[in-house]
Amino acid sequence: MAWRDDWRRVRAIARKDVTTELRAKAGFNSTASLGVTILILLGLALGPDAQALRDAAVGAVWLALLFSGVLAFNRSFQVELESGALEPLLLYPGPRWTIFAGKLLGNLLFLGLMVAIVVTVGVVLFSVEIPARWPTLLGVLALGVVGLVVLGTFYASMASRSRAREVLLPLLLFPMLVPALVAATTASKALLGADLMHDADAWIRLLAAYDVIFLIATFLAFEHVIEA
Amino acid sequence: MNVADWSFDPSRTGRRTGIWLVLAAVVVLMATQTYAITNSPAEGDMGHLQKIMYVHVPAAWMTFLSFFVVLVFSVSYLWRRRETDDLIAASAAEVGAVFNGLTLALGMIWGRPTWGVWWAWDARLTSTLVLFLIFVGYLALRGFVDDAGQRARWSAAVGIIGAINVPIVYMSVMWWRTLHQQPSSPSTLDPAYTLGLRINAIAMLLVLIYFIRKRYEIARLERAVEHAAQSAAMGGR
Repeated sequence: MAWRDDWRRVRAIARKDVTTELRAKAGFNSTASLGVTILILLGLALGPDAQALRDAAVGAVWLALLFSGVLAFNRSFQVELESGALEPLLLYPGPRWTIFAGKLLGNLLFLGLMVAIVVTVGVVLFSVEIPARWPTLLGVLALGVVGLVVLGTFYASMASRSRAREVLLPLLLFPMLVPALVAATTASKALLGADLMHDADAWIRLLAAYDVIFLIATFLAFEHVIEA
Repeated sequence: MNVADWSFDPSRTGRRTGIWLVLAAVVVLMATQTYAITNSPAEGDMGHLQKIMYVHVPAAWMTFLSFFVVLVFSVSYLWRRRETDDLIAASAAEVGAVFNGLTLALGMIWGRPTWGVWWAWDARLTSTLVLFLIFVGYLALRGFVDDAGQRARWSAAVGIIGAINVPIVYMSVMWWRTLHQQPSSPSTLDPAYTLGLRINAIAMLLVLIYFIRKRYEIARLERAVEHAAQSAAMGGR
């Protein structure tokens, strides 16, 4: 079965990436620490009024995720490039999209863990009250992170091989993330409040559509991007 | 690739039509400004401030037109892999960024006296700003990649994905907040203003075509220099 072989390739690449990260830990520790540091700085800049912090919590957490996530994406390709492993990876038989899918899965696991830490710290530092609809809130978070990882991984495959990867990736990625950022923050704020207008559902649909559209678009475009 | 394919003679490839184009663009632009400013009545609420519309609105149209050109030639590049397509897309992106900046600047100049603020987080303003950032990202990518083939493929991908994002950005910020007046177009305007707007759009279009063309010629020359330097480094001609 062809799809089963492809799935094995995807898993192999994801496992390789996660294993590398788990053994080194440097990447994870530095990006998670940066996320927490950004939260603390935002708390200092916006505080100490408790209500003001609570109002700003969603935006602060998302900005911390974006800025620390950007570092993680470049790493996933940089590690390959430094050890000259990208070319052999491209020479392996099988479709190229499996490389993208594998990287995507690896980054998703990696970032998912980081998000868990940053969000927990955010909830504590910004004294967020957990609403009754917290599972939906987690869903919004998950959808937003998927969008972030899909586009982040895609643009990192180019930016990490350019001359100015540190600055190029955020320059390419952040404007693209505007709809995801607006949708995720607005939906989260609605869920944290009373959501009297039932706004959250429309934003969640937009976020889901955004994820699906760019998942398809990046998978199609990756073939052209990864060519040596 | 042979250097001979890249020999580029500006006098042969229609330098004269280029001059006619720029002359036409300047003359039409000046004439329409004079016409629009002298012939249209002062608007009820905004008075003569409304005259900014004649440059602001066509500049916005040209921004979207340029982005459309980038999209079409990016798709075409990935399809046929012709370097010409890549260079046209890049030229359109650069000119589009200029018109985009002009749209934003003129909009702010118009917004300050009518709305009382330089900037508002309104759907149209915000999405135009995001479009500008996407253009900037596209151009930055081109600046930071040295290999011509890679640069062409990557910027085509960025151009296409960026274009997909434009309607999504617009929709998301429209839901988010809206303050902008109904966008001006011949169908929403009093007839007294439509002719001025229409001929201004034509004038702007001429300027756009001239800019893209000129930028394309320069891009061709730059590529020719790169090829010549490469083959010289290889020790041959």
